[in-house]
Amino acid sequence: MHKSKTFDLSKTGLTRRTALKGLAAGAGLAVAPGFVRYSQAQSSAPIKIGFQSHRTGIGAAYGRWYEKTTAAAIKAINDAGGINGRPVEVIIEDDGTDPGRGAEVVGKFATQHKTDIVFGTLFSHVVIGSAPAAGEAKMPYFVVSEGHHVASTKLNRYVFQPGITDVKSQIQAMAPWIAANAGKKVTQIFPDFAFGYDHRDYLPPALKAQGAEVIAQIAIPPTESSFTKYFPQIPAETEVIYHVMVGPAVLTFVKELGEFYGSNRPQLFGFIDSLEATDINSPGLEFLDGSHFWEGSPRYAQPDDSAAQKAYRAAVGIDDNGAAVGDPKDVSTAAHMFGCWETLYVVKKAMEDAGYKGPEDRAKLVEATEALTEFAEGHEHPQGPKTFNGKIHQCFGIQNISKVEGGKLKVVHKTKIEDGLYEPEGDYTTQAL
Amino acid sequence: MHFGPHLLLAALEGLVTSAVLALMALGLSLVFGVMRVVNVAHGEFFMLGAVLAWAISTAISGHPALGFLAALVLAPLIVGAVALFAERLVLRRLNYNPEATIVATIGMLYIIQQLALTFYGPEARPVEPPFSYRILLPWFGYSGYKLSVIAASALLLAATWFVLTRTKIGLIMRATQYDSETAQAFGIPVDRVYAGVFALGAMLAAVAAVLIVPISQAHYLMGQDPLLLSFIVVIIGGLGSLRGTLVAAVLIGLSDGIISVFFSPTLAKIIATLLVAMVLVFRPQGLFGTASR
Repeated sequence: MHKSKTFDLSKTGLTRRTALKGLAAGAGLAVAPGFVRYSQAQSSAPIKIGFQSHRTGIGAAYGRWYEKTTAAAIKAINDAGGINGRPVEVIIEDDGTDPGRGAEVVGKFATQHKTDIVFGTLFSHVVIGSAPAAGEAKMPYFVVSEGHHVASTKLNRYVFQPGITDVKSQIQAMAPWIAANAGKKVTQIFPDFAFGYDHRDYLPPALKAQGAEVIAQIAIPPTESSFTKYFPQIPAETEVIYHVMVGPAVLTFVKELGEFYGSNRPQLFGFIDSLEATDINSPGLEFLDGSHFWEGSPRYAQPDDSAAQKAYRAAVGIDDNGAAVGDPKDVSTAAHMFGCWETLYVVKKAMEDAGYKGPEDRAKLVEATEALTEFAEGHEHPQGPKTFNGKIHQCFGIQNISKVEGGKLKVVHKTKIEDGLYEPEGDYTTQAL
Repeated sequence: MHFGPHLLLAALEGLVTSAVLALMALGLSLVFGVMRVVNVAHGEFFMLGAVLAWAISTAISGHPALGFLAALVLAPLIVGAVALFAERLVLRRLNYNPEATIVATIGMLYIIQQLALTFYGPEARPVEPPFSYRILLPWFGYSGYKLSVIAASALLLAATWFVLTRTKIGLIMRATQYDSETAQAFGIPVDRVYAGVFALGAMLAAVAAVLIVPISQAHYLMGQDPLLLSFIVVIIGGLGSLRGTLVAAVLIGLSDGIISVFFSPTLAKIIATLLVAMVLVFRPQGLFGTASR
């Protein structure tokens, strides 16, 4: 009866000689140069982060800057001793900004690369397509997507968005400003997929609460290359055009809007997504002067930037105009990519809280992330302070409303965290791990 | 917006689409008509034209019109050379076998697309229009450049038409199309005609791309939609019939513009595809095509 419980050392093949060899090798590694930094760790194997990147497809501009920001954050984390004393390694796989491919990439990270977590997805349809694969593989999946899908609690317990506020909260926080300063009759133009539907669904009630209304909603496929044909649908009595576009043709979208209206235009309130990675001083965009944009984090350096914000910009390598240092034409996706930096620091905090050692501790990591409540502004969170709701896996931060003035974006209003809080729609923590 | 101006805008948008589509579909139709090759890589020659236009116009400093004009001349020539090379290297070795060339051009599609992705990158990059004049109508503004695209395309189409119907080169091409064996017996170098036609087809696609790129930016995936539309146009117009291609391009372009403006762009695509199905069922040779001999 007791036989199955006994453990016979002689049968494991561990001889005195191999034990000595192992000890010697371990000692040799410990004194090797560069190893000292991680010497407290029980295991010095790197923590592997699978980065699901939009390297190709319609999200390529974001993918490139998400990679740059991630590389900068990982360098900062490793220079400061890594996570739990272990170095962090990023493995990048391209998802082609495609939901089907996204799910395959998550599977590849789980079975082939055996990463500790998966991270970094932006486009909402890719997140929604990949989330079931992450849940199935019990793989913590940290997205930087902005969509409301995580907070809606319609995904699963392994999906988190701790680095960027979701669209529903952004809209709720900004609606009072739009109604008070831009106009009461709003026409919406949005991309015809999940991310756009968040705007379609949450703006009308948010504006209604402020005594304004959405009078028309125009959906445009994100792969569209010509936009003038949609503009006659904008009602003549429109006071504000609320626009948010994504995809490779965003510059065409804004240019054609300018051709259509010229300077005789309604007020414009746009999500900077409509011009992310695009120079606002491109020819044909002069009509944008005086219009307003949402920015998650400001593209242009502001006079009141914190020391942390300045250090973050320097680390990522963007100049005061939000373009790559040394290449003023290479404009960043500053309004979104800060989320990669902040998410990686949340992962670090949660892994340290959980005493994370390896994939067997993934459930502990999920619980430790859910236990987080607040992120203070600083080096780890340069965009600003945030609160985190562990039940819906979503963080809430401040939003910036910027005005185009003299070819730059100047922040004219910052919302408060409380402006964007809403009743949770569910609770992930009740789901089994 | 009132019905009149609304229709005007729809017609203008439709004409721009028609103009570009006609050039591109003409290339596709010519290649099929003369060589009996279904060139699936045609959209990638279009994309290559746009990407080269970006490269050439950014390499030339000074007024944007200089770079654009250089692109308008050089990009089609380079694309033509690439097509010529592909024809010599691949299609000729397959003896222009219809089935084999479809598979081969699918391969070419991926090779060109992936090379563009590797060397040009996944970003959409803008090309500055040679001039940016905004025409102010009482109801809306419209890009002057877009109108010039319609004019330029009409000129190029007329030139192609002239070459095909009034010159000796055109006569040789038509003879080859009509009966390549007899043409060969009369001393026409059919082999060289094929090479020239394939290059010319690719150049027409490249010209269309250079014209459209200041409006819609160069991107490595931009060849897919125009390829589909070109096939729709060529099937409706009749494979190999140039007149049919032109009529169908204007028809599809205008209906796309008008249906997109008044209803939705998705509906426009649905109707175009439905039209193809109808044509294939009731008139398989296309509106202007002749039944195969």
